[in-house]
Amino acid sequence: MMTSKMTGLEAIDAMFADTKEQNRAAFLPYFPIGYPNYAESIEAIVGMAEVGVDGFEIGMPFSDPLADGPVVQAATQIALENGTTVRDCIRAVRELRARGVHQPMLLMGYLNPILAYGIENFVRDAKAAGTNGLIVPDLPPEEGVLLAEVCHREGLALVFFLAPTSSNERMELVSKQASGFIYVVALTGVTGVRTELPPDLTDFIERLRKHTDKKLVMGFGISTPEQARRVGSLLDGFIVGSALVKAGKEGAAKAIELATTLRQALD
Amino acid sequence: MDENVYIKTGVTNVPDEGGYFGEYGGRFVPETLVPALDELIVAYKEAMADPEFQHELAHLQTTYTGRPTPVTYAKRLSEHLGGAQIYLKREDLAHTGAHKINNAIGQALLAKRMGKHRIVAETGAGQHGVASATVSALLGLDCHVYMGSVDMARQKPNVFRMKLLGAEVIPVESGSKTLKDAINEAIRDWVTNVRTTFYLLGSALGPHPYPMMVRDFQSVIGTEAREQIVKEAGRLPDVCIACVGGGSNAIGLFHAFRDDKNIELIGVEAGGHGIASGEHAARFADPNMGRPGVLQGTRSFVLQNADGQIMNTHSVSAGLDYASVGPEHAYFRENEIAHYTVATDDEALAAFQTLCKLEGIIPALESSHGVAEVIKRAPTLPKDAVILVNLSGRGDKDLDTVIKELGMNV
Repeated sequence: MMTSKMTGLEAIDAMFADTKEQNRAAFLPYFPIGYPNYAESIEAIVGMAEVGVDGFEIGMPFSDPLADGPVVQAATQIALENGTTVRDCIRAVRELRARGVHQPMLLMGYLNPILAYGIENFVRDAKAAGTNGLIVPDLPPEEGVLLAEVCHREGLALVFFLAPTSSNERMELVSKQASGFIYVVALTGVTGVRTELPPDLTDFIERLRKHTDKKLVMGFGISTPEQARRVGSLLDGFIVGSALVKAGKEGAAKAIELATTLRQALD
Repeated sequence: MDENVYIKTGVTNVPDEGGYFGEYGGRFVPETLVPALDELIVAYKEAMADPEFQHELAHLQTTYTGRPTPVTYAKRLSEHLGGAQIYLKREDLAHTGAHKINNAIGQALLAKRMGKHRIVAETGAGQHGVASATVSALLGLDCHVYMGSVDMARQKPNVFRMKLLGAEVIPVESGSKTLKDAINEAIRDWVTNVRTTFYLLGSALGPHPYPMMVRDFQSVIGTEAREQIVKEAGRLPDVCIACVGGGSNAIGLFHAFRDDKNIELIGVEAGGHGIASGEHAARFADPNMGRPGVLQGTRSFVLQNADGQIMNTHSVSAGLDYASVGPEHAYFRENEIAHYTVATDDEALAAFQTLCKLEGIIPALESSHGVAEVIKRAPTLPKDAVILVNLSGRGDKDLDTVIKELGMNV
């Protein structure tokens, strides 16, 4: 469990130590701030924290989310229409900490709004609010040198991605640069619910383990307790996004309900 | 011309290995696409070094596209404006009616060489979509074109053309339903089907190597024009002008003249309803919204709000209606290799009509922005000055829009 003395990164390490001790994978829900409105997004995340999820990917909306499928696109579009800004997302993290959310929170957003805010200012403000790390889907490690430096200095995790298309060399490069964990994309594609996980998943993960000793967290396409169990048996953690976003369309309750089911599937 | 305001600094052998034109360019893409871009860089370099590929490309340019496209002396327009002598590089006469075919043929040959038979493309005005559909038909490739539904409505003839040519046209309903959103959808398709699919990107935009590759395939425009203008005008031009959306026709023209210190290169952005209105696509001209940023894989000038969200754009011409600009243009501007200005919708529409009436040429609304700058500049220059403007496409596709904009009854 996170204590105030830990850096953002150390709290993420502690999260994995906890889940490992419990012999299960970490469950990190994704939920965007400002969807379906600011207050409900806060309630959804507080509610999920209370039912014992392990950490959060807190979505910051962007006008052109090119790695996202229709569900997250529509949700973040609503968030933007509600006037949600980067500043609001940082404020949300502060508010969530005040509401007792103790789990690691990683801000997930595309690069341009972070650049517009200013890299130094963004990392400083996000950290001060209680953020543990950043996930930037359009930032491969080659382009992320400056952000990585600033995150490193401030003790925040900067999560990079690996995909089924990644070569062995790529796995080693990303492994060197990534901190906190590696976000493993389950399949070639955008975020969204899939009825089945790809059949070659085991081979892919075996190959990953050969080239990295970093924690591996899988996302893209996971939505059911069965999928959560399967992925949880293979990796250190998993992210569920679109399914929770879909459930949370009318408000927090349904999203919390689904998160509860997914969390219980791990026990 | 005041020589002091025009100092070309900066090296012109860009981009570097990482795809950077100075501070602009790069590769800001989801990790899933990185291997595909790496593979593309290797394949492109090999192809360009292969005489057989070069021969096939040149052969198709001649026998299929109809290159070289001519340079036409615009005698009546020159007389009418009473200043510089005006020459038109006639990309409107290339097969499919615009310069887009130059790049589409190059990339499609590359796709085939790489064994990728499924093509995805985005299109704004429809010219790149038509070019992609055309070369796909020619080479037996399976073509899928993403197009914003707003653009589909204003460029209907091109939608029909693509369908006739056997392409699937997929309407895009997200965002502003124009070019930017079509690119998002094309990238989403590519990231999903990356193993089998070649993304045939239509402008000098996107992640490395696209800005370089598109420029190289389009540089045939300037290479030809440089020789032709000497034949027609007896010397090199004083000014080269081209419209800039993503900027592929402009970079294609400019490249042959980038090292000539006494040749002014002018790119013309879409001024829409005027910069003050906020309804435009002028990335360089609007200091409030146009700032360096990252959109769709590349760092360049981007129209964005204070929070880094991308702004909706407006232009009467679908092909210029885009929130970012090719990174090499940002580099050219910063190093004063080229200058950039704007033409409004009204100026472009006026230029469109002028060229129709004085030269018997119906230009694309995109190209009309370049002509609008010619109309402003030519009278300020002496009679022995030479202006070369890239007539990047023909305007048949725009007739519906022009009829509506001018309130004509047909």
